[in-house]
Amino acid sequence: MNALQFDVAHLLAGLLVLLSFMQLYQDRLYALLNIFALHALVLAASVAWQAFVQDAPHLYLTALIALVFKAIVIPTALHRIIVRLGIHREIETVVGVGPAMLLGMGLVALSMVVMLRVTTEADPLAREDLAFALSVVLLGLLMMVTRRNAVSQVIGFMSLENGLVLAATGAKGMPLVVEISVAFSVLIAFIVIGIFLFRIRERFDTVDLQALDRFRGERR
Amino acid sequence: MIIDALAGVLVIPAAAAALLAALPGYRLSARLNVFAALLTFMTAVSLFFIEPRSGPYLLVDDLNKVFVVLTTFVAFTTSVFSASYIGHEIEIGRLTPTFVRFYHAMYQILMFAMNLALVANNIGLMWVAIELATLTTVLMVGIYRTHEALEAAWKYFILGSVGIALALFGTILVYMAARPVIGEGVDAMVWTVLMTRAAKFDPALLNVAFVFLLLGYGTKVGLAPLHAWLPDAHAEGPTPISAVLSGLLLNVALYALLRFKMLLALNPAAIAPGPLMVIMGLISCVFAALMLYRRRDIKRMFAYSSIEHMGIIVFAFGMGGPLANFAGLLHMTMHSLTKSAIFFAVGHIAQVKGTQKIADMGGLTVTHPVLGWGLVLGVVAIAGLPPLGIFMSEFLVVSSTFARAPWLATILALGILVALGALFLRLNTIAFGEPRGPAAPADASYVPMFAHLGLVLMAGIYMPPALVTGFQNVARLLG
Repeated sequence: MNALQFDVAHLLAGLLVLLSFMQLYQDRLYALLNIFALHALVLAASVAWQAFVQDAPHLYLTALIALVFKAIVIPTALHRIIVRLGIHREIETVVGVGPAMLLGMGLVALSMVVMLRVTTEADPLAREDLAFALSVVLLGLLMMVTRRNAVSQVIGFMSLENGLVLAATGAKGMPLVVEISVAFSVLIAFIVIGIFLFRIRERFDTVDLQALDRFRGERR
Repeated sequence: MIIDALAGVLVIPAAAAALLAALPGYRLSARLNVFAALLTFMTAVSLFFIEPRSGPYLLVDDLNKVFVVLTTFVAFTTSVFSASYIGHEIEIGRLTPTFVRFYHAMYQILMFAMNLALVANNIGLMWVAIELATLTTVLMVGIYRTHEALEAAWKYFILGSVGIALALFGTILVYMAARPVIGEGVDAMVWTVLMTRAAKFDPALLNVAFVFLLLGYGTKVGLAPLHAWLPDAHAEGPTPISAVLSGLLLNVALYALLRFKMLLALNPAAIAPGPLMVIMGLISCVFAALMLYRRRDIKRMFAYSSIEHMGIIVFAFGMGGPLANFAGLLHMTMHSLTKSAIFFAVGHIAQVKGTQKIADMGGLTVTHPVLGWGLVLGVVAIAGLPPLGIFMSEFLVVSSTFARAPWLATILALGILVALGALFLRLNTIAFGEPRGPAAPADASYVPMFAHLGLVLMAGIYMPPALVTGFQNVARLLG
């Protein structure tokens, strides 16, 4: 493993974690969306680099999917939804920015400790990749629980999926079947989300999930 | 190429889904749905007589045969119930024909996804199938498009995706553990290959992988801290889907967990997965039993009862050993049959009463004797009273645990008793007491409900020796 290859992979994966952090403190939907597009772009670069390092041409396809679909198509579509719903102003968070960042740091530390400890046998590139991937996954989760707004929850879910793609490409030689399915599942997930968003819009005139929370299954 | 039975259980639902998506007219679709489900069931049964060869993608062994047959059977009976249920929904205008067309196609896609998850010989493929099953059920839960239905579907979707994401991470970790031993490529994800080489995998990675898989697939099983989606999804979707969710989808996720448990058991240095499952199972059982007391919605109540029973089942499999595994397997089968029968009854009850609120229905045994007594029988069965099948399986779980861990058995028994109290308290209001709500005669199909209850009763009194030996084989396989 040559040092440059390792360093670049490390840099890109680290950048992903950083961008995940940046998503945590965005308080405008447009800004959040832009950061997510950047996130997907870095993911595409990272996957492409893995394809180059591992000499695995099929990974270029995964990178392309990440680039076209996640960095361009989805952000554009979500942008339209935001415009149409007129909800670009604010994001209502459940937890303040400070505590959210602290929690995020805790999660990253946790994933480093867990993954680096159990993967002592694996090669260093895969190790670091996995640790970063878990961080991205956990930060995505954190974002999903700290946001009330449906659009930002969806973005949280997609950045979580980005972490999964990072992990899958870091695992050397993982069959193509899985990568396609990962990308495909995002596609399906997006369709589902889209349908839901529109339905929610239709019914409530808001995409704020707090509005949904009022309708508990069991009203007294 | 000749399509064998293994491919058959996948091809039939897939073809039916395509056909149903194209067909207008709900009467014909409902019949076709029943017919396809029956055909799938018969194909599944044929697995017992002519065992097809397992390939690199599909697998058949004693364990998944049981699951496939149970799944296709309940899917078939549910489709019969669904036909009359949907007919009523169209009459009262709660569903439009377009939605029903969509519903039937989705029903078959769900069958396809569940069967695929059960026969997949590849951990990645299994994951994809379970995800597909989740997405189809999300769409079906939200089909009524009311506030509550949308909230339920959204919650289910978010929690389900989180679970599915964690499970994928676990799956990737299993591949990472297998790669140094088996080598790169598809082989490192194939169950049959993984099982033969598991002893040499890196135990630390396997441990972490199992934690993720337990949390991920555990969400789908509806285990306690991760169960939040389950009651809403059950209560707000169409009742046939509640029956399929409780009776089948939870089992499919459980099956995935069991496979990974078997994998870990083969590696001597890895953690024993049992205790983790025991703890989660016990928490789910006791928690759900306590939650049962404050339920006001009949479908939510039985959803909590499902959490309780999944807890018992996971507990039994976590204890392990031939007897506990046997009990767990039996309990799973009995629960699937009983719970779907209850939902068949509940579906019709909610339709005739026009509500799901327990307070608004009463004296069912007077106004609708067949439905009322069917529900009474179902609740007696699900609460675990003799002589029905669940009594036997619960008795086996508790008694086999008493010999090994009396404290755990005591807590579990307590949970079961608390649940029994809650169920009877509510049953008293619903089935007896003064009649409330509309008393118009129900246009219901009673056959599926009583067929299930009959089977449960029979299992409680006399188990055919062939079934017992079959289950014992599987129990040994599970370790």
